[in-house]
Amino acid sequence: MKILVLISNVPDTTTKIRFTGNNTAFDDSGVQWIINPWDELALTRALELKEAGGVDKITVANVGEKSTEATLRKALAVGADDAIRINTTANDAFYVATQLAEVAKDYELILAGIEASDYNGNAVGGMLAEMLDYNSVSAVSGIDLDGSDFKVTREVDGGYQVVSIGGPLLAIVQKGIAKEPRIPAMRGIMMARKKPLNINEPVEGIDKTQIIKFELPPPKAACKLIDEENAKEVITLLHEEAKVL
Amino acid sequence: MSILVYTENWDGKFKNLSFELVSYAHAIAKEMNSTVTAVSLGKVSDDDLMKLGKYGATKVLNVDDERYNSIDNRATAKAIASAAKSEDSSIVIFANNNVGKAIAPRTAIKLDAGLVSGVTALPLSINPFVVKKKVFTSKAIANVQINSDIKVITLAQNSYDIIDLGQSATIETYDPGIVDTDFSTSVIETNKVSGKVLLSDAEIVVSGGRGMKSADNWGGLEELADLLGAGLACSRPVSDEGWRSHSEHVGQTGVMIAPNLYFAFGISGAIQHLGGVSSSKVIVAVNKDPEAPIFEAADYGIVGDVNVVIPEFIEAVKAL
Ligand SMILES: Cc1cc2nc3c(=O)[nH]c(=O)nc-3n(C[C@H](O)[C@H](O)[C@H](O)COP(=O)(O)OP(=O)(O)OC[C@H]3O[C@@H](n4cnc5c(N)ncnc54)[C@H](O)[C@@H]3O)c2cc1C
Repeated sequence: MKILVLISNVPDTTTKIRFTGNNTAFDDSGVQWIINPWDELALTRALELKEAGGVDKITVANVGEKSTEATLRKALAVGADDAIRINTTANDAFYVATQLAEVAKDYELILAGIEASDYNGNAVGGMLAEMLDYNSVSAVSGIDLDGSDFKVTREVDGGYQVVSIGGPLLAIVQKGIAKEPRIPAMRGIMMARKKPLNINEPVEGIDKTQIIKFELPPPKAACKLIDEENAKEVITLLHEEAKVL
Repeated sequence: MSILVYTENWDGKFKNLSFELVSYAHAIAKEMNSTVTAVSLGKVSDDDLMKLGKYGATKVLNVDDERYNSIDNRATAKAIASAAKSEDSSIVIFANNNVGKAIAPRTAIKLDAGLVSGVTALPLSINPFVVKKKVFTSKAIANVQINSDIKVITLAQNSYDIIDLGQSATIETYDPGIVDTDFSTSVIETNKVSGKVLLSDAEIVVSGGRGMKSADNWGGLEELADLLGAGLACSRPVSDEGWRSHSEHVGQTGVMIAPNLYFAFGISGAIQHLGGVSSSKVIVAVNKDPEAPIFEAADYGIVGDVNVVIPEFIEAVKAL
C-alpha cells in the first residue's frame, strides 16, 4: 500500500502576525516556516504504519513555490520516501485540491490535516476526497490498517467513535493521530538530500475565493485585577457588571 | 433562490448551534429578499422540526432516514447537495464543528461552489459576496470574497444571536435518492460521556491547566461547573498527562470554543491555548504568576492560588 501525506507550509505557531501592502498581504519577513502541525502528526502516523508493515511507500506532497522545499526536505528527513512539489502559489482551497487531485490517484490512503494553521480553511482534504470520489472520514484521531479496510477513530461531540471503512480512503486527521511529532535525526537529514523531490507544473485551475483584506483583532481592554482575599468579588462582577452569570 | 441550512441533530434533538444557523441565515435572507430552507437528516420529532420555523426557516426538508444516525461524509454531502439543487439555493450554511467541517468541503465540490469556513459575522456585502473569518488561529481576521455562483460557508459558533421570530415552517418529507452503496462508514463502537454539558455547546466553560497539579484536584472544578451548568475543559498538557480526557482539551490543536464565559485556572495562556479560547466573550484567569500571559487575554483576573480561589468561587456562586 502507498500513503500520500499532504503537507502545508505554515508560519511557526508563535509567529507575530503582521501585514503589508495596506493590509492585503501577510508579512513573511523573518518568519520561521514549519510543517503544519496536523500534517506533521499525520506523517508521524504514516511512518508508524509503515514500520508496522504493509506500507510500501510514503509520499509527501505540497502545492507551493520553491521556498516551501525546505519544509518538504524536513518531511523527507523525518522519513517520507519521496516528495512532490506542485510549482504554483496556493491561494484557494479549490485550486489546491485541483492540483493535488492530479497526483493523488495512485494512493490507497491519503492523510490530510484538519486545517492549516495559517488560513484555517478546513477544506482541502474534503474537497480532494470528493474530486477523487474517495471515502473520507474527518476529525480522525486514530487509524490502523485492517486487512483491505481501515479501522478509524474519529472525534464526535463529547467522545469518540470507532468506525470501519474501505479504501481508497482520505483521512482528515487531528490531534491524537500520533503522540509526538518526529524530529529529524542527523542521519535522516543526510539521507533526505538524496531522496527524490519531484517538481510538477500546475494544471489549469481557478480560485473560487480570494482574500481582499486582513485586520488585526481590536485590542483588548486591560484585565481587572482583584485581590485573592476578595475572590468572591469576581463572581459579583460577573453577575452585575459583565452580566454573564 | 433560497438559503439552505444544514441543521444537525444530536440523538434526535436540535441544539442552540442549529438555531443559531437558522437565525443567521434568516438575517441574510432578509437582505436578499429570499427565504431559508433547513434540511434535517435522521430521525427528529415533529416538535423539534417545528422549532426551526420559530427562528426563521420557511421550509424544513425532513430526510427521516435512520441511515443518517451516524455521519457518512459522502452520503451526507450528497443528500445536502441534492437538497440545495432542488431548492435552487445560492448559499449553503453549515456549523463550523466536526460535522460541518467534514461535510461542507464535499458539498462545495458537488455544487461547484467556493467555501469559506469559520465565518464570524453577517456578510459585509452580498454582491460581491464578502465574509469575515478568523485566520492565523484567531490572531487575525480576513475579509474573503467568494466568486462562484453558489457559496458554501461554515459559521463559527456563537457568532450570531438566536432570535425567536415566532414564525412557523412547513415540513416536507424529502428523499434525496441516496442508495446504500453511498454509505461506506460502519460504526463499530461509540464512546460518549453522556449527561455532561458538551464543550462545544456550553455557554460557560470551566478549565484547568498544569497549575491544578494533579488529576485528583479536579473536584472543585467539577463542583463549580455543576453549579454553573458549565462544560469542563483543560489545557493540552493536562490531557497529555492523562489527567483529563482528550475531548476536554481546548486550544489550537484541540476543541475551539467561544462561550460567554471562560474560567482559566492554573493556565499560563500560551499562544496555542489562547488560539482556541480567545473568542470567549469574558475570560476570568486565576494564576499565581502575575506575569502569566493569560492576564493579557483576561477580562478579570486574580493573582493567587487556585486552591484558595476555587472554594471561594463555589461559595459565592451558591450565594447568588
Ligand atoms: C504546535 C503546538 C500546538 C499546541 N496546541 C495547544 C492547544 O491546543 N492547547 C493548549 O492548551 N496548549 C497547546 N500547546 C501547548 C502550549 O504551548 C502550552 O505548553 C500549554 O498550553 C501550557 O499548558 P498550561 O497552561 O496548563 O501549563 P503551564 O504553561 O505549565 O502553566 C501552568 C500555570 O499554572 C500556574 N500555577 C501553578 N500552580 C498554581 C497554583 N497553585 N495556583 C495558580 N496558578 C498556578 C503557573 O503560574 C503557570 O502559569 C501547543 C503547543 C504547540 C507547540
